[in-house]
Amino acid sequence: MSTTNIPGANGIIQNEPLLWEKGKKGRRGMCVPASDVPEAHFPADFQGQGVDFPDLSEVDVVRHYTRLSQWNYGVDTGMYPLGSCTMKYNPKINEKVASTPQLAAAHPMLSDALVQGNLQIMYELQEYLAAITGLPGVTVQPAAGAHGELAGMLIFAAYHKAKNSKRNKILIPDTAHGTNPASAALCGYKPVPIKSGPNGILDIKSIAAVMDEETAGIMVTNPNTLGLFETNIREIAEIVHAKGGLVYGDGANLNAVMGIINPRKCGVDVMHLNLHKTFSTPHGGGGPGAGPVCVTEELSKYLPSPRAVKEDNTYRLDYGGPESVGRVHAFHGNFSVLLRAYSYIRTMGAENLKKASQLAVLNAAYIKEKLKGTLPLAYNRPCMHECVFSDALLQEDKISTLDLAKRLIDCGYHPPTIYFPLVVHGAIMIEPTETECKEDIDQFIEVVKMIVREAKENPELLRQAPMRAKTRRLDETLAARHPCLCG
Amino acid sequence: MRYLPHTDDEIEEMLAVVGRKSLDELFCSVPDACRYDGVMGLPEPMDEWQLTAHVAQLAEAMQVNHTYNVLIGAGSYHHNIPETIRTVMSRSEFVTAYTPYQPEMAQGTLQGIYEYQTLVTRLLGMDVANASIYDGASALAEGLLMGLRVAKKKAKVAVSAAVHPHYREVAKAYLEPTCYEMVELPVGPDGRTDLSGLATIGDVAAVAIQSPNFFGVIEDLETLGKDIHAAGALFITSFTEPLAYGLLKNPGACGADIVCGEGQSFGLPRSFGGAALGMFACRDEFVRNMPGRLVGQTQDLDGKRGFVLTLSTREQHIRREKATSNICSNQGICTLIAAMYMSSLGGSGLGELARLNYSKAEYFKAQLRAKGAKIVFDSPTFNEFVVEFKEDFRPTYERLLAKKIVAGLDLGKFYPEHKGRYLFCVTETAAKEIIDAVAGEVKP
Repeated sequence: MSTTNIPGANGIIQNEPLLWEKGKKGRRGMCVPASDVPEAHFPADFQGQGVDFPDLSEVDVVRHYTRLSQWNYGVDTGMYPLGSCTMKYNPKINEKVASTPQLAAAHPMLSDALVQGNLQIMYELQEYLAAITGLPGVTVQPAAGAHGELAGMLIFAAYHKAKNSKRNKILIPDTAHGTNPASAALCGYKPVPIKSGPNGILDIKSIAAVMDEETAGIMVTNPNTLGLFETNIREIAEIVHAKGGLVYGDGANLNAVMGIINPRKCGVDVMHLNLHKTFSTPHGGGGPGAGPVCVTEELSKYLPSPRAVKEDNTYRLDYGGPESVGRVHAFHGNFSVLLRAYSYIRTMGAENLKKASQLAVLNAAYIKEKLKGTLPLAYNRPCMHECVFSDALLQEDKISTLDLAKRLIDCGYHPPTIYFPLVVHGAIMIEPTETECKEDIDQFIEVVKMIVREAKENPELLRQAPMRAKTRRLDETLAARHPCLCG
Repeated sequence: MRYLPHTDDEIEEMLAVVGRKSLDELFCSVPDACRYDGVMGLPEPMDEWQLTAHVAQLAEAMQVNHTYNVLIGAGSYHHNIPETIRTVMSRSEFVTAYTPYQPEMAQGTLQGIYEYQTLVTRLLGMDVANASIYDGASALAEGLLMGLRVAKKKAKVAVSAAVHPHYREVAKAYLEPTCYEMVELPVGPDGRTDLSGLATIGDVAAVAIQSPNFFGVIEDLETLGKDIHAAGALFITSFTEPLAYGLLKNPGACGADIVCGEGQSFGLPRSFGGAALGMFACRDEFVRNMPGRLVGQTQDLDGKRGFVLTLSTREQHIRREKATSNICSNQGICTLIAAMYMSSLGGSGLGELARLNYSKAEYFKAQLRAKGAKIVFDSPTFNEFVVEFKEDFRPTYERLLAKKIVAGLDLGKFYPEHKGRYLFCVTETAAKEIIDAVAGEVKP
């Protein structure tokens, strides 16, 4: 394939300065209404000197952000096989639902009777997530996955405190999500790292060896970050429960198993979900997301408050009892994200959600099978929604995983997640999701094969990549050594 | 199903490649005891048109909708949002992108966040702003934890009782499982924080003051800052209404060390409280202790300017349990929306709009005073203030509700001592006629 015949890599790239490098004093980009009241005197003691923002016209601003947007790559642009991130298609109808004027204009402090529509949506979404996880207590307040983890750890702490049980450790496997240790540490837990077994999953003995009555529990990502199902999860949960601990399920990878596994039956007590992964809400270049937390009946009283409840066909906010861990968000979390997820679940229904998981796994398994002769597989076991390769072959040609990733950019793809999980050397973690069709996946596979050939035949193509993006490779070391964080 | 592209033939073909006979067989590694029994209990799927009709029904169930004049602020403000924001910020290149881990193909997001960080530092008079926290409340909690890290070996933080009650609740929840204690500082009769007891608390790492505070009162940040520093503590300021800084002296000029607040006013709809935007800034010397993502300027191989995520050794994915926070996904697109809003207003527009908000509230106060109502705190306020009526206000509130006006928020739920007093908010969106209508209903 010649460099001019690469799918998706051509385009016009405009230059655009920083906001304050353009505009002219006296321009205005939006209307300030004319005053219909007398101008009031403001006490000089408290008055500032005015804010140094650039003055821009409406056209200046619109063109600025339009150009910026064109330097970006989104799911709507093309395949985004970032492992662990579930970059599936973000349905457009969800955006319309989220901007419904009656719902989007609601003030969060209005009394319950005035906002029945929004409360009904919160309540029903709680019910749907309970049905999906088998865990009946749900809060939709956490604003992101890590925020859900924190809420979950607050619940762990409250539970153990109520039991008068002092516990200061938590088990975290090396195949868990990267945020887990930091979330646990916020609640004073010291993470005890657990090595996964030789087949990439946890073995029962390694848990039994360390689980004790000073350990609050375990945080398991299942399927794990190698894309493997933790087959021993029930036995592990039994060991943890027997010592008075709790099992946290990181639900970031739920997209592999909706309607297929029941987290409750796996022994999970607390689980967060990432609505911006599994339930199709867009990631916005870093948020907002939503990280609802689902718990067992027994732990429901510890959930953050308030939650929506239904009584006699009306909805109200319930503030829980003294056991609740309290608030984790000023209001009801990222409500506009909840609306999108609600819209998605109502569109899909149970059968299609299950089918989505099956196809997500099929796509990953297909890529694994087709690429396993090209790149070395980290673990040759049945994979779930993602597959992980190592850089062992690339290294022979002195090519890094990063080089391969950057070359994929030139070929019109967002690269997979790289160098994670840490247990795989130079990891290349591919999660295609169910919304990629077979011919697009076939094309991606062909491009990866081409790049691996190039690594031998023309390695400079990889080392110099990207050549066709907005910038060439950026110097991250310089950025960290001489921080320039504002202009 | 329109989101699932596989035809039956393709499924067969792909199953053959992976050596499975059915989709179910793909899950052969899942033990039976872990499996979902039966079908998930969810409603039947709806097509786009059914869903639209269903959402319209839910919208109708909102007694107070977008046609109402809601004169409540309290951490969520109704400001005009220009159409340019909806149109440009819904571009899918922004909306459907992930966190910018591959900077060469995310320069739009990265330059946008760098510009946001810069505008926030200019607004607040600080050295560094991060790429956002979830909301104003979690930003305060993170600010307090950061204060404790910076101060080292101190066990307490003090928070003004005039900080938004929900923000204090969130801070309390974050601190609960730690060994740290949060104490509250009382509010004086002028509606401002009373620091006189600070010296007796001792061991205080940081003091947090909100300005304008929950009562809309502008705190004397300069004096408070001096006293807090004199007591050996870090000075944290919080805010729920960033527009105020179009008019007020900024926190940096008043000596703040850490500033954390809510940015919803800048181009985001109220949306029942979220998506929100936690703004977070600090002085240069504390940057390594800062939570959250940061975007920095750098250059590419050709020496061309570009932007990357930086100083990530503070963060959870590198530092693990020693990270400055567990935050990962933040409020990405909301930072771009806020930056677009700030740049659309410009420096002069921000000042003009802030002044208009201030004038509206002063006019409202005058009309209420004329009806014999009492403005509880006579300190300067921004676009919110507390009112005490001669008689029970509830019947008036109900009459106004019938006229599609939500007349303020009863403070009793948050401050029992202020039961029956109402917190009002007026922004540029409240026309003089609406203000007059409220005053007109108040019995002299």
